Amino acid sequence: MHLSKYAMCSVLSLILLFTLSACVQPVDNTASEEAVEGRAIQNKGSDTLVNLALAWAEAYQSVQPDVSIAVTGGGSGTGIAALINGTVDIANASRSMKEEEIAGAQANGFDPVEIRVAIDALAVIVHPDNPVDQLTIQQLSDIYTRRIVNWNEVGGSDAPIVLLSRETNSGTHVYFLEQVVRQGDDENEDIFAPQTLLMPSSVGITSEIRRNPNAIGYDGLGYVTEHEKVLAIAKDGNSPYVLPTTETGADGSYPLSRFLFMYTAGEPEGSIAEYIDWIKGPEGQAIVAELGFVPLNEE
Amino acid sequence: MNLLHRWKVVHDSDDSVTERLRERLSNLRIRDVWEFFIERLIWLSGISIIVIVALIFLFLLREGSAAFLDIPLRQLFGRRWYPIEGIFGIWPLMVGSILVTAVAISIAIPLGLITAIYIGEIAPDWQRDLLKPIIEVLAGIPSIVLGFLGWIALAPLIQRLGAPTGLTIFTGSLILAYMSLPTIISISEDALYAVPKSFRDSALAIGATQWQTIWRVVLPAARSGLVIAIMLGIGRAIGETMAVMLVTGNAANIPDLNLGLIFQPARTMTATIAAEMGEVAQGSLHYSVLFGIGIILFVITFAINSIASRLVGVQEAGQRRKRG
Repeated sequence: MHLSKYAMCSVLSLILLFTLSACVQPVDNTASEEAVEGRAIQNKGSDTLVNLALAWAEAYQSVQPDVSIAVTGGGSGTGIAALINGTVDIANASRSMKEEEIAGAQANGFDPVEIRVAIDALAVIVHPDNPVDQLTIQQLSDIYTRRIVNWNEVGGSDAPIVLLSRETNSGTHVYFLEQVVRQGDDENEDIFAPQTLLMPSSVGITSEIRRNPNAIGYDGLGYVTEHEKVLAIAKDGNSPYVLPTTETGADGSYPLSRFLFMYTAGEPEGSIAEYIDWIKGPEGQAIVAELGFVPLNEE
Repeated sequence: MNLLHRWKVVHDSDDSVTERLRERLSNLRIRDVWEFFIERLIWLSGISIIVIVALIFLFLLREGSAAFLDIPLRQLFGRRWYPIEGIFGIWPLMVGSILVTAVAISIAIPLGLITAIYIGEIAPDWQRDLLKPIIEVLAGIPSIVLGFLGWIALAPLIQRLGAPTGLTIFTGSLILAYMSLPTIISISEDALYAVPKSFRDSALAIGATQWQTIWRVVLPAARSGLVIAIMLGIGRAIGETMAVMLVTGNAANIPDLNLGLIFQPARTMTATIAAEMGEVAQGSLHYSVLFGIGIILFVITFAINSIASRLVGVQEAGQRRKRG
């Protein structure tokens, strides 16, 4: 009898102890402090940017051998959340920060600084055997909201359309939602149809496209290979259909091109500032072009 | 005389007696201390499991209760899941999890039980010695490897059957069934093994065939173990994440009720938590809804386990009554 009373007491006090200790959440500032001293720069975020960020980090090793840069992906939202929580120095993003994210950063004591590092043309891709060559943004919006469900409605064969998209934590997903599904209209409240398959990675989309003739998806131009067919896109019925290339992305004639960003916690300093200046400089931008992205214009 | 004699005996051997007594006492003390520690250690490891489960549930409640308090239930159990626009309807996720698990289990139970019966009752020794280690190896394959296999090999196959995409409920279920098979087989095989040989001998002695013995005698006798095997299999299936995330397509859609029901994509609760937990800001509504999904999963598993132990309990009571 007395044993069970002891047991109850110890269980309760243990529970109390653990809950109390769980309530105290230490704020982790070590990552940013270390980086200012110039050792390791933590860089995380957009999967669209991850290959580019890796190439930059690798090339920068020969410029500044004593600065090491650790790059991880996970999606723009993931990188921004990590920046807000203070676990990375630079967040990569393929979209601008949302208001609540900026508020979250300010609540943690810093203003996030947005830096444009490259331009990406978003390619709409299908299986190479798909007869469809071109779509308007209006048609794309109808396809992704299931107002169009069969390929024969847009000039293809009689087959169901399988929608592929990145997960919602992807900046590309948000960009596609705003610029394609909602056609750039702030009032529009359309969202992706629930039938949309959400792929955890860019590679997930391209490999499903490669084997599924019914599928349609989107991905950064840098990820597209010759195994997928890129569609020409027109802004509306009166505009010309344009294929995404480095040129059409840079001059703005391709309707789905966007800036890619890096975010820092406050104005970048020390080795982080040097790294970002190098990225925006000629060497960094040459790598952008090499990987199939669009370099920033000089102005 | 008598008294004197007794006094003498006691007195003469006084030294040796006290010596022995002291020795025994000190032995007793060491043994007691040992006993005390061992008992406490066993008690502690037993109790720690309860404590850990309680803590997990408390943690889930602390992080996830906001979901149930801040969102109207009608909306929380709505039909649409689109968290970045603040639309938190977890109904499609529950349907996804339940369908994937149900199909997986209806494949895995018959296959698992039949295999266990074969290994335990029918197979000759050399086959048993071959099959058992193979099944244990199967249990050791990491789930992500099976998921990858499903993505590369199984999904294109399913697509060739005529589904618009190979990433479907059925694809996920096949992988899950394969994954819960080793659990079901080895535990039910143990349960069959525990049935005394005399049961089989008596059945055969009164003229039952081998099939009658298995069906009428061995299976009923092993029933509680078999129920546990099945429940653990279900638990493994409903909690699995990575493999399912790769092959079910992750579309938060309630499948149309038609013949192709299981050849449509779905999004499970576990995959949703895994895919979205990395992105959310701590303390946001989305964050607590993900923990809310965790609470629902916890409750489901808890319910499954309680039903299982209730079933087992009822049966054992019944058997005891019969024997009594």
